[in-house]
Amino acid sequence: MKKTKYEKQVRAKKSYKTSQRYYHLMLLPGMIFLVLFHYIPIGGIVMAFQNFVPSKGLFRSDWVGLKNFERLLIKKDIQELLRNTLVISIGKILVVMVVAVLFAILLNEIRHMRLKKGVQTIVYLPHFLSWAVLAPIVYNLLGMDGMVNDVLNALGLESVNFLGSNKTFQGTVIGTYVWKEFGYASIVYLAAITGVDPGLHEAAAIDGASWWRRVWHVTLPAMLPIIVLMLAINVGNILSAGFDQVYNLYNIRVYETGDILDTYVFRVGLEGRQYSLGTAVDLVKSVVGLVLMLSVNGLSKKILHRSVF
Amino acid sequence: MIENKSLASRIRIVLTYIIIILAGLLCLFPLWNVVAISFSSSWAVVADKVTWYPIDFTLVSYKELFKDNQFWRSFGISVTRVVLSLVINMIIMVLMAYPLSKTEDEFRGRNIYMGLLIIAMLFNGGTIPTYLVVKQYGLLNSVWALVLTGAVPIFNTIMVKNFFVGIPKSLEEAAIIDGANPLQVLVRIFIPCSKPVLATVALFSIVGNWNDYFKGLIYMPKLKNLPLMSYIRDIVINLQQLAESGASAEELASAAQISSDALNSAKIVVAVVPLLIIYPLLQKYLITGITIGSVKE
Repeated sequence: MKKTKYEKQVRAKKSYKTSQRYYHLMLLPGMIFLVLFHYIPIGGIVMAFQNFVPSKGLFRSDWVGLKNFERLLIKKDIQELLRNTLVISIGKILVVMVVAVLFAILLNEIRHMRLKKGVQTIVYLPHFLSWAVLAPIVYNLLGMDGMVNDVLNALGLESVNFLGSNKTFQGTVIGTYVWKEFGYASIVYLAAITGVDPGLHEAAAIDGASWWRRVWHVTLPAMLPIIVLMLAINVGNILSAGFDQVYNLYNIRVYETGDILDTYVFRVGLEGRQYSLGTAVDLVKSVVGLVLMLSVNGLSKKILHRSVF
Repeated sequence: MIENKSLASRIRIVLTYIIIILAGLLCLFPLWNVVAISFSSSWAVVADKVTWYPIDFTLVSYKELFKDNQFWRSFGISVTRVVLSLVINMIIMVLMAYPLSKTEDEFRGRNIYMGLLIIAMLFNGGTIPTYLVVKQYGLLNSVWALVLTGAVPIFNTIMVKNFFVGIPKSLEEAAIIDGANPLQVLVRIFIPCSKPVLATVALFSIVGNWNDYFKGLIYMPKLKNLPLMSYIRDIVINLQQLAESGASAEELASAAQISSDALNSAKIVVAVVPLLIIYPLLQKYLITGITIGSVKE
C-alpha cells in the first residue's frame, strides 16, 4: 500500500518534469519568431538617438543624444502632424460611436426579421474590406469628377473637392471611415440593447414614458458601460489615425491637414531614408500610446472593475 | 411588445424603417457600383452613366484582366501568403496558448513567458527598425517577409489561451493518467474542444493577410513581387492620387493607359471575391462570436 503511494508520487514527479520540458519546447518556435521580428527591432529603437547611417550600422553610427527629438520640436511639422492625427482619430472614435449607437437603437426597432438580417449583412461587410480596394471606390464617388459631384452639379451646386482640399480632407477621411466601420461597431451596442430587461421598457411605457424617454432613460444607461469600455479601448490608439486609409486617400495638396504621424514616418522616415528621425517619431508615438493605454487600464480597473486588455 | 398605435408612434416606426433601409443602401451602393462598372463598356464608365446596373453589358474588362499576368501573379503571391501564414499562425498559436493556459504552479516560468508576450503586444520597434531588420535577414522581395513578420499573432494567441483556461481540468487529468504527454493532450483534447475560437483566429489570419497591403509595400520593392492588395494600390490608387494632386493632362493620359476604370473595377471585384466566399463564415465567427474578443488576463 505504502509502496504504491510512493510509486505514484515518483510517477507524478516524473510526469511533472517531462511536462515542464514539453511546455518550454512548445513555446520555443513562437519565442524564436518574437525575438527575430519583435525584440530585435525593439533594440533598433536606439537609432532614434543616433545619426543612423545604414552603411555604418547600428554599432558604428554616431550618437547624437536627443538631437532628433529637438529637431522634431523645432520643426513646425510636428505640431501640424499631432494636430492632424488627433483631429482625425478623435473625430473617428466619436462619430463612429454616435452613429453606431444610434444605428443599433434603430435597428433594434425593426420587427421584420429578413430586412434586419439583410441590412446587417450589408453594413458589416465594408469592415472586412481593405482600404486598398475601398480607396479606389472612394475616388470613384468623391473625386472631382466623381458621382457625388455629378449629382451636386445636376442640382446646380458647385463641385466639392473632397479629397484635394485642406478644408474638406479631414471630414472626408472621418466620413469614409464611419461608412466603413459603423456597422461592425454597432454589433456590441446591439448586443447590449438586447440584454436590457424588457420589463423595464414595459414599466416605463405603463408610466407613460414616450419612446424617446425610454431610449434616454432605459436603453442608453444600459449601454453606458460598453460605450465607456469602447472609448477606453480606443484611447490607447489615439495617435494611430489610420495609416491604411490616409495613405491611400491623401495627396501632396492635402499634406497640411492630412499628414499624420504614421504617414510621416513612412514617407519621410522610410522612403526619405531619414531613419533616425522617423524612428524618433515612432518612439514618441509608441510611448505616449503605451502610457495612455496603461493609465486607461488602471482607471478602468478602479472604476469599472474590469481590465481593458 | 408594447402595442401603442398612436399616429406619432406610427410615423416614428416608418421613419425608423426608412433610415435603416437608407443605411443599408448607403453601404451597398459604393460596392455594388463597382460591380456594375466592371461589367460596363468603357465609354459608359467615362461618361459616368453607371449606377446600379451595368450599361452596355460586356465582359471585355474580365477578358482583359484574364490576360493580365502581373495581376494573377500577385493573386498567387497573396494566396501563397495566406496559406503559409495560416499554417504557421495556427501551429504557433496553439503551441503557445497551451502552456500559457497553465498556472505558474503547473508550469514554472509561465508568468515570464506571458510577460514577454504582453510586452511584445504593447510595444514594438516601429516601422523603420523592423524594416531594417527584415532587410538584414535578406528577406526583402520574399513572401517569407510577409509571413514571418506576422508569425505570432499575440492578441489572438492570448484569446486562444483564455479559451483553453476554460476547458475542464478533469478531461486533461484523465488523459494524463492514461499516459498521454502534453503534446498529445493538446492535440487530442484541447484542439477538438476549441473549434469556435480556432475558427475565429484562423479567419482573422486569413482576412488580415489577404487585406494587408502595407507589408507588400515596404518589403517588396520589386513590382513583380507585390501581393494583390499592394498591386492594386500601386496601379489604381497612384493614378487617382496623381489626378487629385493636379497632375498635367499628359501625365494623366500616359498613366491612364495602364488601366481603365472598368478594368480597375474588375480587379477590385476579383480581389474581393475570396472574402465574399468566406463571408458567411466571417458572419458566423467574427460577428456572432465577437464577445470572445473581450480578452482578459
